[in-house]
Amino acid sequence: MATLSERMPAALERSATESRIWSWLTTVDHKRIGILYLVSAMIFFVFGGVEAFLMRLQLMRPDNHVVSFQLFNELFTMHGITMIFLAVMPLIIGFVNFVMPLQIGARDVAYPRLNAVSLWLFLAGGLMLYSSWFLGGAPNAGWYNYAPINTGGVLNPGSDALGISFYVLGLQIAGIGTLLSGINFTATILNMRAPGMSLMRMPLFIWTTLITSILIVFAFPPFTANLALLMFDRLFNTGFFDPSKGGNALLWQQLFWIFGHPEVYILIMPAFGMISEVIPTFSRKPLFGYSTMVFAIVVIAFMAFMVWSHHMFTTGMGAVVNSIFAATSMAIAVPTGVKIFNWIATMWGGRIRYTTSMLFAIGFLFCFVIGGMSGVMLAAAPADYQFNDSYFLVAHIHYVLIGGSLFALFAATYYWFPKITGRLLNERLGRLNFWIVLVGFNVTFFPMHFLGIDGMPRRVATYPPALGLSFWNFVSTMGVFVLTIGILIFLYNLRQSLRTGEVAGADPWDARSLEWSIPSPAPEYNFAQIPLVRGRDALWVEKQHGDGRMLPAQIAEHHGEHGHDGHEGGHAGRHLVHMPSPTPLPLIIGVGAMVAGYAALYKVWWLAILAIVACFYGIFRLMYDKDPGYYVEPKGDVE
Amino acid sequence: MSEATHTTPAPDGGPAGAHVLPTPAETTKLGIWLWLASDCALFASLIATYLTLHGQTAGGPSSQQLFDLRLTLVSTFALLMSSVTMGVALEALQKNDIARLRRWLGVTALLGAVFVGLEINEFHHYTVAGLWFQRSDFASSFYALVGFHGLHVSFGIAWIVSLIVFTFRKPGGITRADHWRFEMASLYWYFVDVVWVVIFTVIYLIGKVG
Amino acid sequence: MSFSLWLMVGIFIAVCIPLVYAMIRFRERKGDRGLPPQIEGNHTVEIVWTVIPILICIVLAVPTIHDAFVLASPPAGSNPLVVDVVGHQWWWEFQYPGQSVVTADEMHIPTGRVIELKLTSADVLHSFWVPTLAGKEDTVPGVTNTMWLKADASGTYPGQCAEFCGTSHSLMRFDVVAQSPSQFQAWISGMQNPDVTPTTSAAKAGAKLFQEYQCGSCHTIDGTSANGLKAPNLTNLGERQVVVGGALQNTPADLAQWIHDPQSIMPDTIMPAFSTLSDQQLNDLTAYLEGLVPQK
Repeated sequence: MATLSERMPAALERSATESRIWSWLTTVDHKRIGILYLVSAMIFFVFGGVEAFLMRLQLMRPDNHVVSFQLFNELFTMHGITMIFLAVMPLIIGFVNFVMPLQIGARDVAYPRLNAVSLWLFLAGGLMLYSSWFLGGAPNAGWYNYAPINTGGVLNPGSDALGISFYVLGLQIAGIGTLLSGINFTATILNMRAPGMSLMRMPLFIWTTLITSILIVFAFPPFTANLALLMFDRLFNTGFFDPSKGGNALLWQQLFWIFGHPEVYILIMPAFGMISEVIPTFSRKPLFGYSTMVFAIVVIAFMAFMVWSHHMFTTGMGAVVNSIFAATSMAIAVPTGVKIFNWIATMWGGRIRYTTSMLFAIGFLFCFVIGGMSGVMLAAAPADYQFNDSYFLVAHIHYVLIGGSLFALFAATYYWFPKITGRLLNERLGRLNFWIVLVGFNVTFFPMHFLGIDGMPRRVATYPPALGLSFWNFVSTMGVFVLTIGILIFLYNLRQSLRTGEVAGADPWDARSLEWSIPSPAPEYNFAQIPLVRGRDALWVEKQHGDGRMLPAQIAEHHGEHGHDGHEGGHAGRHLVHMPSPTPLPLIIGVGAMVAGYAALYKVWWLAILAIVACFYGIFRLMYDKDPGYYVEPKGDVE
Repeated sequence: MSEATHTTPAPDGGPAGAHVLPTPAETTKLGIWLWLASDCALFASLIATYLTLHGQTAGGPSSQQLFDLRLTLVSTFALLMSSVTMGVALEALQKNDIARLRRWLGVTALLGAVFVGLEINEFHHYTVAGLWFQRSDFASSFYALVGFHGLHVSFGIAWIVSLIVFTFRKPGGITRADHWRFEMASLYWYFVDVVWVVIFTVIYLIGKVG
Repeated sequence: MSFSLWLMVGIFIAVCIPLVYAMIRFRERKGDRGLPPQIEGNHTVEIVWTVIPILICIVLAVPTIHDAFVLASPPAGSNPLVVDVVGHQWWWEFQYPGQSVVTADEMHIPTGRVIELKLTSADVLHSFWVPTLAGKEDTVPGVTNTMWLKADASGTYPGQCAEFCGTSHSLMRFDVVAQSPSQFQAWISGMQNPDVTPTTSAAKAGAKLFQEYQCGSCHTIDGTSANGLKAPNLTNLGERQVVVGGALQNTPADLAQWIHDPQSIMPDTIMPAFSTLSDQQLNDLTAYLEGLVPQK
């Protein structure tokens, strides 16, 4: 039996012929790209947490002076942007990247090089956004950046002239990366499932990934358009959003929320998928009501495009419009609620193991339901006239984003860490992590319901002592200290377990899906042989009715010169897997986009055009370059 | 509860015979379709913006005053014809007549260039007549939408040119396995054409007549 | 709101009960072998827990839609008092078109009467919110939104801008002062007949300073030549409880500090700093301003 040092994750193996850093910069392997997403996102998450920490320090007492008003406004803006675009989304994309191809029995995503392009575009956009802190000031009008204050100038006094332009260009670049991922993942799931894996046999995580990816394909373009219009207003003096020039301030909101509402479903749906993997595994039962769960996901995605104006109830759209969107917003709670019941029913009659992953999944159930309840209250338009833009709303969003998305991400981390690294995260530290985070999170955010009902608006840098808001604000800040400790314990657990964590086998959890049929950490080629799927919960089927190992599928050779899906090849009787070669082209495209962004920011137009031409050069090279690939001989796929 | 409950079914033997996974070409085609779907959403957003703001002329020229449908009909005709010639090119490809393929790809690109050229000329004419980019929201949303489409045509022309170059430089010449490249470009070209029909109707026809 | 709150609490408890029960009853115990029954679903149960939420939604939707329409028009036969509200960065302007009165920072209303608010903005988005009286409505530049409210009891109801509007958004506050109809009428008369003649020597000196430093190019004081529209109307400033967009109590010391160094109170305000004024001059100027009261 190989020791771990002999079986270093293939993804992390030092290549004999090229430098280690270069191999990471030119990788097209979905597992490495996934790791890069996860690590970058965690770093951004810490930044976002620091921003939140400073805000809560400021709000701990009334009339406080920890930070200036201007800095506070930049903090809440960057906190929102970071957590949504640079932390939660890339964490999700990171897990999807690593796990999804494994769960469908594929060797990589449909477009491995485009996958790398997405990664570098995300990093380019994120770094651009964060460079704003050092280049005059960060964006300061909120993560949704309403018009007309977002046009800057005299309407946004105290803002650096560039400030929000970082928002425009940084998110535009990162957004293109996300859009490409949406296309990539959709094509992968539709076309590259292992033989026998029909749509209704896919793990639910794959369903949520598929639907989320389709949401991305349709929801991101309106944001792209919106950002372009704002760029024209800011850089070229047009007046799309400036009423004094005939523009329409609410146009930004409409376009934004047509993107923005599906965006929050993009943030939660993969969480639903992750929970749907964890709960059945640790209840030792299949997911209850699989077809309903699939149907619910599809309905939620469809309806995600029909509720957007509930963010605009107070803008004066009138009773008819408000009523329609109130009705649709309440209706979308139905399929979501059904899923909660199905998860509970999965646990019912099971044999529940309280691993850290399962604890977070259960924490998700409690906390996300609270978030959903406040959501339904917000959906009632007349009630929203009081709640909108108050701390009640802040409570709601954090219950669904932290209690929902983040808890699911924690559950996913504890669950899939062994598959990524070959080691288990420490369970004792994990339990400490869970309980402290659970308490800290609730102490921080539950009081915000009261603050909202007591009339505290959001995005205020301070509040007067006479309004009776001091007590709960203080309590909330105390919660942040506890939450911070919980996060630090998690980071410590990560670090320790990477070095000295207990070695995990291929299937430490006795799980149900394909990724657990291959060694931990996952080998470079994923599967020695593409598996044959004989039912839903493909691995479980083999455990129940076979010998616990996947049967190999018989793949017909197709003769093509293009592309590498890791098709099988035979050479002198040896079974070899054909892998796509690493390439620096995605990195070049990412760097080109970043240069173009800065050039546009500083109005160096010749450089912007040159950089964009360089990007297109990279694109055309990707279109036409013949990738010879290389061959890998799979090692025995048994531990 | 027991009558309505159901438990894990026994597995089947799996699909019979060797499995044919989708080819890389097919998967790439799927990707192009998905990308075009996202592009539809982008154009839809810009069209919605135009429809919201086209009445804001800020005292400047309006669409009724400015548009000259005669020239626009010429450029539209050129673009529509280019879709026909693209079809002819693909037909040549099917018959493996690479020389004919190159010719008709060239004509297609040329017609596309005519479209873009006429459009640039049109923009110049409007700017001189008082409708520059920032003049009014009508101006801005017009140029944003039509200009964005023009960029799409330009990228398409570059793509077609790259394909012509490819026919010369591919070692071993064009084979069946390369057909998907041309089919993808033609799909994109038709898409750009269809979008133009919508834009032409929304902006020019309604703007002049409606 | 109470109804939906208790309904949600009830649903939360209804979800928690089976969840907590399952967590306890079905936990793995030492010595457990084999697998629990691998049940994949149950159509009847799923239909039940789909239909019930739909019914709950319908139950909620009825009062929701009803209230949305009720709030979208004035109560029948109410003869509302119209107040035009303009949001500025970072102060509130209140105009009473029927009474030809313009003021800022405090909105006086009579109790027991429906007030019709016509809301707009002079610059960016703001939102008019008096939590203890009504829900909020955004003020959108280029658009007029309308809402109604009514105070039954007299008193001071604090309000605040509820849409992020720039650096000093958190200071953009105001008070709604609800008074009996006769007191309100007295206030209106006072605003229509301000006493702008300074009586003390300090106030007289202050009036001169006001002219000299051209405060009237931004501020209006009815009955004087000061007629600027860029800043709060200062008519009868002396009888206001709060000033500077509701950020300050109306005391001479605070007012002096504001004139001397506005940025220290409201960062990025367009109010210039009159830092060259001596303490004596500031004293005179505030005496003048605090002396602006209705005619006796």
